[in-house]
Amino acid sequence: MRVKKLVCVVSFNNTTEAIAFEEEAKKKGLQGRIIPLPRQISSGCGLAWKDDIENIDIIKELLKETQIPFKEVHQIVL
Amino acid sequence: MIYFDTAATSYHKPPQTASAVYNALLGTGSSGRGEHGASLDASRLLFSLRKEVSDFFNLQNPLNVVFTSNSTESLNIAIQGLLKPGDHCISSKLEHNSVLRPLYYMEKQGVEATFLDDDNFEEHIKKNTKAVVFQHASNVTGNVRDIKRIGEICKKHNLLFILDAAQSAGLIPIDMKENNISVLCASGHKGLLAPQGTGIICLAPGVFPEPLKYGGSGVESFSKDMPKALPERLEAGTLNAHGLAGLKASLEYIKETGQENILNQANNLAEIFYQGIKDIPGIKFYGDYNSNLRIPIISFNIRDIFAGDIADELFERFAIAVRAGAHCAPGVHEYFGTTKQGIVRFSFSHFNTEDEVLEGIRAVRILEEEYR
Repeated sequence: MRVKKLVCVVSFNNTTEAIAFEEEAKKKGLQGRIIPLPRQISSGCGLAWKDDIENIDIIKELLKETQIPFKEVHQIVL
Repeated sequence: MIYFDTAATSYHKPPQTASAVYNALLGTGSSGRGEHGASLDASRLLFSLRKEVSDFFNLQNPLNVVFTSNSTESLNIAIQGLLKPGDHCISSKLEHNSVLRPLYYMEKQGVEATFLDDDNFEEHIKKNTKAVVFQHASNVTGNVRDIKRIGEICKKHNLLFILDAAQSAGLIPIDMKENNISVLCASGHKGLLAPQGTGIICLAPGVFPEPLKYGGSGVESFSKDMPKALPERLEAGTLNAHGLAGLKASLEYIKETGQENILNQANNLAEIFYQGIKDIPGIKFYGDYNSNLRIPIISFNIRDIFAGDIADELFERFAIAVRAGAHCAPGVHEYFGTTKQGIVRFSFSHFNTEDEVLEGIRAVRILEEEYR
């Protein structure tokens, strides 16, 4: 059975923002990845960045530093 | 065939452009439409191209690089998406139909448009003037406008500066920031040496046109409107990732080769051609040949010979491809009095050779003698 756990998910306004963030996250050495936008956030399609909850501060800092637009940083169980 | 119609479309492409399109055809998903590797790779490819385009024109914002199918679509987005009934827009009579026709259409929607004989527009600015639209380089005369001066006047009067860079992009470096360009419109298939069906519109910060097309966007699927954020707001429908892969390779080629080198090489060929035909009896050139900056276009007529006849014989007898006719620029022909005769246009690429140019000279001279 899949074990669910609390994770950090960043939602974006569009695909381009998600891809722009992916590139910066990889440069930073983050191990997360692009996932389909979870239904808890929205059912309207799109991409999100999923990462370990421990990395939430690094992610928030990276969003600030790169000025990449995004919708929200969520903490959800996936 | 000897191809001298580069201003219509670049016939010679860098080999790496063809390879990039070929490779993309063998394995590219739909960008922005899914989370699997093939789709993400397409999205990554396009984002990396957005960054390159943003750098190329010093836009400094890859999210404001929007992909279209050509300059015409880009100009339609800019003109139809930024002007509202009651707004005034200034342009010139010498523009391409890709500017004129959208403006004529907007006039029917209640936009006021002024078409000048040149680009001295400052005295024509009114309270409701919102934008100016000008071609950077003429597809008929090869002359180049001073975009720095236009941009300065636009900045002073807080006007949007929409630049039609169809003929100049890839040949003349364009700095959007330095020249206060609000919107840059270009095709991939001309000076940018990329496949047909690729185009770009670059938007300065805060410039936010209404979409021209509505449809799938890959995000916010249950919203009745297009998503608010750029670039997807203006990119309804699946993008031409295969062609855009080619644009990416072409841009890299242009950066490596240098726009200045490309322009100089092509202009040198144009100059050889000009020198080789300028003493033909009754030849008339169109455009200012004394200006420092030109793009590699030589347009002319010989006496009253119909331009279409010259182009036809050049191709049928000498396998030389040139453009005759109106060049989609009716105002230019009214200005020169060539609406009936048309104009013969030779446009050169840095991929052309001197031998090809010499053959072009020989052919024109033979035809001229026969028409005496």
